[in-house]
Amino acid sequence: MTNATRIDARFAELKKQNRPALVTFISAGDPDLATSEKILSGLPSAGADIIELGMPFSDPMADGPAIQASSLRALKNGQTMTKTLAMVRRFRETDSATPIVLMGYYNPIYVYGNAKFIADAKAAGVDGLIVVDVPPEADDELCLPAVEAGLNFIRLATPTTDDKRLPAVLSNTSGFVYYVSITGITGAAAPVVDDVHDQVKRIKGQTPLPVVVGFGVRSGPQAKAISRGADGVVVGSAIVSTIEKSLGTKEEATPATVSGVLALVNELGAALRSA
Amino acid sequence: MATTTQKSGEAKLNSYMGGPDEKGFFGLFGGRFVAETLMPLILDLERAYDAAKADPTFQAEIDHLNLHYAGRPSPLYHADRMTKELGGAKIYFKRDELNHTGSHKINNCLGQILLAMRMGKTRIIAETGAGQHGVAVATVCAKYGLPCEIYMGAVDVERQAPNVARMKLLGAKLNPVSSGAGTLKDAMNEALRDWVTNVRDTYYLIGTAAGPHPYPAMVRDFQSIIGKETREQMMALEGRLPDTLVACIGGGSNAIGLFHPFLDDAGVSIYGVEAGGHGLDVENGHAASMTGGTPGVLHGNRTYLLQDADGQILEGHSISAGLDYPGVGPEHAWLKNNGRVNYVAITDKEALEALQFCTRMEGIIPALEPSHALAHVMKLAPTLPKDNLLVMNLCGRGDKDLFTVAKALGMKI
Repeated sequence: MTNATRIDARFAELKKQNRPALVTFISAGDPDLATSEKILSGLPSAGADIIELGMPFSDPMADGPAIQASSLRALKNGQTMTKTLAMVRRFRETDSATPIVLMGYYNPIYVYGNAKFIADAKAAGVDGLIVVDVPPEADDELCLPAVEAGLNFIRLATPTTDDKRLPAVLSNTSGFVYYVSITGITGAAAPVVDDVHDQVKRIKGQTPLPVVVGFGVRSGPQAKAISRGADGVVVGSAIVSTIEKSLGTKEEATPATVSGVLALVNELGAALRSA
Repeated sequence: MATTTQKSGEAKLNSYMGGPDEKGFFGLFGGRFVAETLMPLILDLERAYDAAKADPTFQAEIDHLNLHYAGRPSPLYHADRMTKELGGAKIYFKRDELNHTGSHKINNCLGQILLAMRMGKTRIIAETGAGQHGVAVATVCAKYGLPCEIYMGAVDVERQAPNVARMKLLGAKLNPVSSGAGTLKDAMNEALRDWVTNVRDTYYLIGTAAGPHPYPAMVRDFQSIIGKETREQMMALEGRLPDTLVACIGGGSNAIGLFHPFLDDAGVSIYGVEAGGHGLDVENGHAASMTGGTPGVLHGNRTYLLQDADGQILEGHSISAGLDYPGVGPEHAWLKNNGRVNYVAITDKEALEALQFCTRMEGIIPALEPSHALAHVMKLAPTLPKDNLLVMNLCGRGDKDLFTVAKALGMKI
């Protein structure tokens, strides 16, 4: 990593402000492309510091019911990788500072073509990638070419990543480290705050990169508690559940969809900014 | 790296039996594409399996169980009426449907349950499609007193009622899965979600030769007893090796078990039979991932998949619950690319006809899965000379399919 990315710049800025990052996750195209674009463009002013944009996949093995449903809603309404990249391109027309991390599973990328995907993502204004099912053992396939192209490749560290394995996980990671606070799927049990603090400390002992914590973070106070000692928190399932609850009887967006999500993000952002 | 190994896979190989490489690849295919939470466990599993393989007491235990519990060796039976009727190759059935629990699935479960106990795991989970693997898992868990949970697609729960009852009777907790199309792939997703949640005490007993390394190689090794016995039995019966092997393929565990010991015998022609469902030309109407799919990454391995142009997995269709999986074991994907094995597809209709033909000709009711292999034998045998020794793996019995078959044939039971 030589050139600083938007992610690096954002964490440097937050460090100056002495506050943790609020990282928000939505699935691209959920519940439909137009609504999803409205949510995306509203996230930064609602308080999101970094945006994780999910690339929908039919078989999200590491995700719980909320994100599974969100992914399937997007696919049902015709979301594709091409449309997801176009969303980022349009977002960049009006926002050149908020980092966007594409998150998802390997197969849609592999089928799109790794080299073409990296080039198109970079050109669209994507800053980083999180690909759940590509471990460090397969770095030469996707991680290294992505880093070469100037994208951050963000790796997940988990409670099962012991000290022996942690260096492998950290080796080609850049941007930040995503600490998965529980052994489990997204949106499941709430993490135990003290355990998370110990683990974040352990990881920070081995890397200068920012460490953000995700999986099971649902509310402002909880986000605040989790964020102590870490550089940020990720909220995903709680946001997509808010989308789900706002939908009409035919799973269509309602006026409450965009406003509901942005209100939640506002609340989370305010909690993290509070002393 | 993937590209170079793929090329070497396509070149003339000295051996087809050496795979996978140290990273778990068969050429382009295989590997370990799993979430980080599972990686340490999968590396542990590989170490534990390597240690077990090197320990003669492990193999001795399996041999003992095969003989006294599973009822191996299974017979190699000359299907003489079918041979005469078809008028070509001399047809043998490898009778793996006579194993305890009614299919080849027990071969793998006995090996893996011993390994799970060696690793100190106290809870077993598994996915099942037709229920044959679920029954075999529930059986070994009952035998060793381990709690077990089986994930099964809600659609499969319905069409495989007898196996559902067997699993419950054996004490397994059955978790019907209604996400997706409610079939095998969705059951596998849910099993992976359980595993990632309960990773410390739980062993995931995968039923087919697919998933992240070391599963494809390990399941193949446990199933290779089928091919090893076939070699010995054919030598004893005919004094030479068979000329032709035929087996059905969903994930491909029974097939790789029969094929693997013969891969380096150039004179043996090998056919893998996929589920052609309503026909390969019907979009999303079949489950033939190799003859009608493209390479991708799912459930921990790169292999041929049924998927759309955007990399979204299709559900596939087959009358047989054991074959309608949208992927296939990575070793098969590699054997397709290097041309060692011929992969073909058989439709629902052809499989149903073969089931009836076999039942009336030989007094054996095969499961719908091997009925696909039988249907290909019906096409192939008449084109071969009478001295061609053909072995078809009769990997499961048809009791579980009686309701499905009766319904398809308009019978009232």
